[in-house]
Amino acid sequence: MSTTAKRAGLLFDGSDWNFDTLSRTYDAIEEVALNDMKLDVYPNQMEIISSEQMLDAYSSIGLPLMYRHWSFGKHFVHEETAYRKGRRGLAYELVINSNPCISYLMEENTMAMQALVTAHAAFGHNHFFKNNYLFRQWTDANAILSYMEFAKGYIARCEERHGLAAVESILDAAHAIMEQGVFRYRRPPRLSSEREHERLRERLEYEEKTFNDLWRTLPARKEGEDPTAAEKEAQERKRQLKLPEENLLYFLEKTSLILEPWQREILRIVRVVAQYFYPQRQTKVMNEGCATFTHYTIMNTLFDRGRVGEGTMLEILASHANVVFQPHFDDPRYSAINPYALGFAMMQDIERICTEPTSEDREWFPDIAGNGAPMETLIDAWANHRDESFIRQFLSPALMRKLRLFALSDSSGRDHYEVSAIHDERGYEKVRSALANNLDVSANQPDIQVADVDLLGDRHLRLHHMVRDGVALSEHGREATLKHIKRLWGYRVSLASIDAQTGELISENSVGSN
Amino acid sequence: MTNYIDRRLNPKDRSLGNRQRFLRRAREELKRAINEKIKTGKIADANADQSVPVPIKGTSEPNFQLDRASGRRDYVLPGNKEFHAGDRLPKPPSGGGGQGSGKDASPGGDSEDDFQFVLTREEVLDLFFEDLELPHLIKLNLKEVKTFKPRRAGYAITGAPTNINVGQTMRNSYGRRIALRRPKRGEIEDKEAEIAALEARDGPSAEKRKALAALKNELEVLKRRRKVIPYVDPMDIRFNRFEQQPLPNANAVMFCLMDVSGSMGEREKDLAKRFFVLLHMFLSRRYERTDLVFIRHTHEAQEVDEETFFYSTRSGGTVVSTALEEMERVIGERYPSNEWNIYAAQASDGDNSRDDSGRCVAMLDQQIMKLVQYYAYVEIIDERESDIFRATENGTALWKAYKLVSDRWENFQMTRIAEPADIYPVFRELFAKQSNSGKN
Repeated sequence: MSTTAKRAGLLFDGSDWNFDTLSRTYDAIEEVALNDMKLDVYPNQMEIISSEQMLDAYSSIGLPLMYRHWSFGKHFVHEETAYRKGRRGLAYELVINSNPCISYLMEENTMAMQALVTAHAAFGHNHFFKNNYLFRQWTDANAILSYMEFAKGYIARCEERHGLAAVESILDAAHAIMEQGVFRYRRPPRLSSEREHERLRERLEYEEKTFNDLWRTLPARKEGEDPTAAEKEAQERKRQLKLPEENLLYFLEKTSLILEPWQREILRIVRVVAQYFYPQRQTKVMNEGCATFTHYTIMNTLFDRGRVGEGTMLEILASHANVVFQPHFDDPRYSAINPYALGFAMMQDIERICTEPTSEDREWFPDIAGNGAPMETLIDAWANHRDESFIRQFLSPALMRKLRLFALSDSSGRDHYEVSAIHDERGYEKVRSALANNLDVSANQPDIQVADVDLLGDRHLRLHHMVRDGVALSEHGREATLKHIKRLWGYRVSLASIDAQTGELISENSVGSN
Repeated sequence: MTNYIDRRLNPKDRSLGNRQRFLRRAREELKRAINEKIKTGKIADANADQSVPVPIKGTSEPNFQLDRASGRRDYVLPGNKEFHAGDRLPKPPSGGGGQGSGKDASPGGDSEDDFQFVLTREEVLDLFFEDLELPHLIKLNLKEVKTFKPRRAGYAITGAPTNINVGQTMRNSYGRRIALRRPKRGEIEDKEAEIAALEARDGPSAEKRKALAALKNELEVLKRRRKVIPYVDPMDIRFNRFEQQPLPNANAVMFCLMDVSGSMGEREKDLAKRFFVLLHMFLSRRYERTDLVFIRHTHEAQEVDEETFFYSTRSGGTVVSTALEEMERVIGERYPSNEWNIYAAQASDGDNSRDDSGRCVAMLDQQIMKLVQYYAYVEIIDERESDIFRATENGTALWKAYKLVSDRWENFQMTRIAEPADIYPVFRELFAKQSNSGKN
């Protein structure tokens, strides 16, 4: 093929972009994504933004609409300072899990970068958002934008009506327990529309109507000795409040006796935002792996078909290599395992296992090894896993050897780390399991639950922190956070640290008195 | 085919509301940081942009975090080179940074808080001067406005001939002439023509004579009427009226008076300088233009430039009144008090030659205090003396003498400072919104 003929097939040439080349490139990428890779995506909405708008988006935790709060201003100052001093670059794009899926492209990007991020965000992330079970079950892409619009307006109206300070103090308190504001195990209620509210009320009415006091008089359980009256009462109380409850924001919103309706609504807004982002945190490796694999595949396909030039491809590969760079642990640049690197390596590894398995792979992955359907296998994995289970399922010995992964065990009592396992026959299982645990978000957050509260008595709110592996709560911020909870609860709040295995009480802190 | 939306032209200040909320939130802390900075002595920078650490208190976002130093855990790290299972590695000393233990992965709150936050000069001064007002500024402005600008304000019936408003005057005249039916020149001419025509008719007759007499009579009436009703009557005349509009005086001059005799050491000068800088910052914020005049004195006084004022030394006795004389001279020459708001700040260690203090008091009483808006005297005392002196009315000769002036004039303030940290409180006291808190 002569150079001129090849050039004729190019989607674009040079680094400048315009809306014409963007659209043409988008169409070409879309064709590869939908026809070759069989991705399934929300409709895309591509938006071009400036660097300042990107900083804006950063500071409002990546949502295009956000209510106002000083902490976002603080983050903006922080990001801006870092950016202006050149300490940190900005992302090339930002993508929002919504329907239509909104991707922001930076105006500074070259055309090659625009193509790369279009493939990465508008197809890679988009496919993942639409198909992964966590996102499907736990977030509502159709409703999030209109919900945030409502939230922004609602909080602005609250500020007008009740004053900035009053709203701010509620938001401060709610933000403090945002991480404890998600349902981890129970599926969260959908962002309810009017009709669902209605249904909920009808059901409650029905329960009230059909209430039968006789049920209460059923004889107590036979097995074991009869619990004492006080214990029984406590159990009844807990049952009514559905305790223990892991979602503190939800519990406070529904149960706190001192909150006004608007304050409850604000707690609800914060809770919805927290819940919305929870799946993203659980699927960082997979999400980025999926998007990186997608852009890599699409751009290579386009290159093979002569739609992008060599110069463009070189730029794309350089950028790709930066993204998936994983420094070794003893490198000064090392900060953590790079989710792009790990994700992309795993996707490629799965592809390899499907097409050119070794005997080791056949032993470890009998289901997929050599099945000759890498794309189907990946799409299935993307849909049905989160990071933790994905690693447990798919991290192969070959890849562990390639990344030279090893596990280091750290115990606070000892003055040394111990290498507990390395990438060898004896260590594969252990390394894989340790890595999966590291990526399990809920295991790396304090497990704090509402254990008990006597609404008719002293209203003392008892929280339990279930201590796993002796990892205590950091004192930094603990007291202040408890005070925030106290502000929302109004009465005494205490936090007991309880060893999850032995049930032994380790320590107790409380705020407020009766 | 998808649509690309160009958002670049969208309004840019989307996070402005958040920024304002943040600044408001951090205000107390920022104020404290600025005050601390000025107290602890980088005062030369006080008039510029300041970079302050973003306050941790008040803008921290607490949450429950796991203590990384406790318990057991396994990290997985990439890039094993020599380790085997069971190898032991010493932990890095204290608090595990460095050596890539993979702990930095989760975003801690710590790193967020130690970034510097640049406040512009305006923001710095706003924070710094928020509670300060010049004493009686409004009152003084109203009472002592000394420049006026004439402004047109309607018409007057009296005035200088140069201010006659011709248009208005002629309008009045015309109206009056119509109202009083002043005969026009044409009417008289018509009458005269009629008479002439009648006279020209041949043959005198009694009838003709009678008609002629009647006509002449009418003409006479017209002429008299025309004479009696003037074309322009004094009562028609209107003058342009001007009002004297007071102009706020936007210029200030600040006199810095300092004793530079041997008794003023490095420390005293440094303290004095800080006080002057603060006063100047304050004035330059309130006035469009603030001039500085530096007068140093020993037993004789002279006006000098800033550099000389602070950094050159002279030897000699101490005669404070020379400085006051020099100041009066400069005011007379260059800063007429009707055009300038005059502020004076004097720093001294309290030394003065015998008998001169009385002279100073007389000069202040009779001349200077009438010219200046405000006179601040700071006496720099030894740190060891500060406890003794601060509470009592006792003091140096100059202090005692000035005490008299301070009792008589409300816009005279005096105070003692002993160390850098004293300056700001003193300054606040001098310029606190309610100046009576400084005095009994």
